[in-house]
Amino acid sequence: MRKLALNDEILLQVEQPARYIGGEINSIQKCKDQIDIRFAMCFPDVYEIGMSHLGIQILYDMFNQRPDVWCERVYSPWPDLDRVMREQHIPLFALESQEPIRDFDFLGITIQYEMCYTNILQILDLGGIPLHAGERTWEDPIVIGGGPCTYNPEPIAEFFDLFYIGDGETVYDALLDTYKEAKSQGKSREEFLRGAAQIPGIYVPSLYQVTYQEDQTIAAFTPLYEDVPSKIEKQIVMDLPNAPYPKAPVVPFIKATQDRVMMEIQRGCIRGCRFCQAGMLYRPLRERNSEELLEMAREMLDNTGHEEISLSSLSSSDYRELPSLIDGLIDMCDARGVNISLPSLRIDAFSLDVMSKVQDIRKSSLTFAPEAGSQRMRDVINKGLTEEDILEGAGKAFEGGWQKVKLYFMLGLPTETEEDIKGIAWLCQKIAERYYEIPKEERNGKCQITASSSFFVPKPFTPFQWARMDTRDEFLAKAHIVKEEVRAQVNQRSIKYNYHEADVTVLEGILARGDRRLCSAIEYAYRQGALFDAWSECFEVERWRQAFEACQIDTDFYTTRERSTEEILPWDFINIGVTKEFLIREWNTARQEKVTPNCRQQCSGCGARGYKGGVCFEG
Amino acid sequence: MKVRVKFTKNGPVKFIGHLDTLRYFQKAIRRAEIPVAYSEGYSPHMIMSFAAPLGVGITSDGEYFDMELTEEESSRELVRRLNAQMADGVTICSIRRIPEEKAANAMALVAAADYLVSFRQGKELPEGWQERITDFLSQDSIVIMKKTKKSEKEIDILPWIFDMHLEGESIFLKLSSGSVHNLKPELVLDAFAAYLNTQLQPFSLLVHRMEVYANQGEETAPSLITLENLGEDIE
Repeated sequence: MRKLALNDEILLQVEQPARYIGGEINSIQKCKDQIDIRFAMCFPDVYEIGMSHLGIQILYDMFNQRPDVWCERVYSPWPDLDRVMREQHIPLFALESQEPIRDFDFLGITIQYEMCYTNILQILDLGGIPLHAGERTWEDPIVIGGGPCTYNPEPIAEFFDLFYIGDGETVYDALLDTYKEAKSQGKSREEFLRGAAQIPGIYVPSLYQVTYQEDQTIAAFTPLYEDVPSKIEKQIVMDLPNAPYPKAPVVPFIKATQDRVMMEIQRGCIRGCRFCQAGMLYRPLRERNSEELLEMAREMLDNTGHEEISLSSLSSSDYRELPSLIDGLIDMCDARGVNISLPSLRIDAFSLDVMSKVQDIRKSSLTFAPEAGSQRMRDVINKGLTEEDILEGAGKAFEGGWQKVKLYFMLGLPTETEEDIKGIAWLCQKIAERYYEIPKEERNGKCQITASSSFFVPKPFTPFQWARMDTRDEFLAKAHIVKEEVRAQVNQRSIKYNYHEADVTVLEGILARGDRRLCSAIEYAYRQGALFDAWSECFEVERWRQAFEACQIDTDFYTTRERSTEEILPWDFINIGVTKEFLIREWNTARQEKVTPNCRQQCSGCGARGYKGGVCFEG
Repeated sequence: MKVRVKFTKNGPVKFIGHLDTLRYFQKAIRRAEIPVAYSEGYSPHMIMSFAAPLGVGITSDGEYFDMELTEEESSRELVRRLNAQMADGVTICSIRRIPEEKAANAMALVAAADYLVSFRQGKELPEGWQERITDFLSQDSIVIMKKTKKSEKEIDILPWIFDMHLEGESIFLKLSSGSVHNLKPELVLDAFAAYLNTQLQPFSLLVHRMEVYANQGEETAPSLITLENLGEDIE
């Protein structure tokens, strides 16, 4: 029987002790004497969230395919256990071996959202690993970051030895081989890092120097040595069908947030919504083929026993083989009593037909993401969804028996006017009216329209990366306008409106477009007790306010300041394949309220064609 | 066809709660491709029922659930297939056919359970406790305060202790269990400690369930039979 890192007394005192025991179905045990590299793969949030992440499952499987590597998992201990571990000086351990992560060769951290930055420090701190890369020795693991937030890694640059920029499936082998070589040749840690910096996509923050101008903007971002590249090339898998995929994902004992098989059907998106970072980062769109996907689905269902499968992509409706994939899945899943979940579908006749086959209409709700209330605003953000599309989709759905509609919006978008804001309420009203057009005897009581708005955060590598972000008070005032306007509608009793927290959004905005000078504030906030900031029950804005004050950081510099397109942005050293010229063009087109066609309608010359594949070379 | 599955739960998996254990088996049954029956509707679920939920932290060699199969297969084959899908610490001991009627449902049948209770190191009762079990049981009554959601009330647990004796350095207990009088081993040990004029420290006990029984006699004159023995092997 495996020995656990935590004793019974601790495990019986904490919430959900099964988060910490490992040993799940399909988790990998290896004999540590027979491997060269021990890799701890971390998602810096609680187990149930981390276990729901597809990327980690892919990399976990990929690493463990190598006989010389044992990849294990580690997640953030919840505050109850965090306290006990600090009191009793228990070092953070990986789930499989239950051994301290500080004894590992690598600690890989996937960074999916800004609000987990303090959790990264918790992982290092509890792990007994120096927070600052500069203080680490060969006794410590190499700390490497990956995932969407690494497209602006600067606010957390001091805490990482390396960042891996791009799809994880490409250069990890090269990195691990470089590591083994450095170790066997007795090289220093610095020599290894210098060597790693030669690998495409690997960014070693300590090998770059940033200087600032008087106005606090960046003066120069320069490599310290000649052999260190000044541009980091995003890594991309162009042959997605042949990329590794976990046939036997780990099955948690406790219910994860995504308690289902997740199957990535394509990567990237053709839409080009101007607020969307993923839409730019993962260009060009690359598809898997439906026959292989069906085979993958069968294998994953066989190997996990999950009772549900979900298709993962940024916009499933754009997947060209969707009809045949869904037909095949329905056949497969009906026979097994497996549910199919289809997020990110555009509401049209086809998807309504599909949904009526796989869901209970009475219970399920339809989701639209108009993102903005007015057509003008939707043109600015290049959301190619018209009011007619929405009303027609909703109308068809209501006639098909649905009564619940969810709508997602953003407030604080560039150029937004009061009309645009009130447009959210007006659109909801029009949808309600569409429902009440159905004769009374044919409809089933009231309709339920739930509109939610989040506040817009300009993200790096989007056409809005130069935009001004609203202040907290501006956000709240806008949400208030929507609330009042909803109340003024005839069918207000059928409309529910709620909005996200503004304080968290502002912090997200600071961190998203921040630079290296924020490292000290993040550390300060962490020392003040900031942890699990993504959880509203844990987040306290006051700690962060104090941190910025103590570190003399003017947060408006990062949020409410519109940047000039001439400015050197902290993330400019990364080449994502989409050119800055294209982003500037889109920024200008946005302000002219003009839409840009999607990749299948017409190539807009974003630069991703340079990858020589995907949607750019269809047909 | 209804079958009863007997399994063990030892080691780290003791930290998996009852509902998660249920989910664990649902997934394992799918992986093993056991021909299990599903309910009707949009979200079909397996028709299965557990005998007696096991608390988090308690190990067991005698856990049970019943399920409904759509096809007949041999016990040996079913056990083999399901065992191939088990996590460390969970072992399928038997899968046996049981009568179809509702009254034969595992949960409804539970009347008693055997436990082996040990003390964690350094948290034992004061020296000499081993000799006091007989005296403890010779009392006219063993009254404890039982906390319910609303109030506290005095109850006599003596009639529900069917057996209690020393086994090595552990205590064997045969206790009334199930929906009528469910006596937890921790309560008996608390009462025993109180009888010795002491108190158990928190997390003192290691509780291991050994077996679960149905009663084929009267309530006052029980005739206990293991849930497993109510079923028969499928050839």
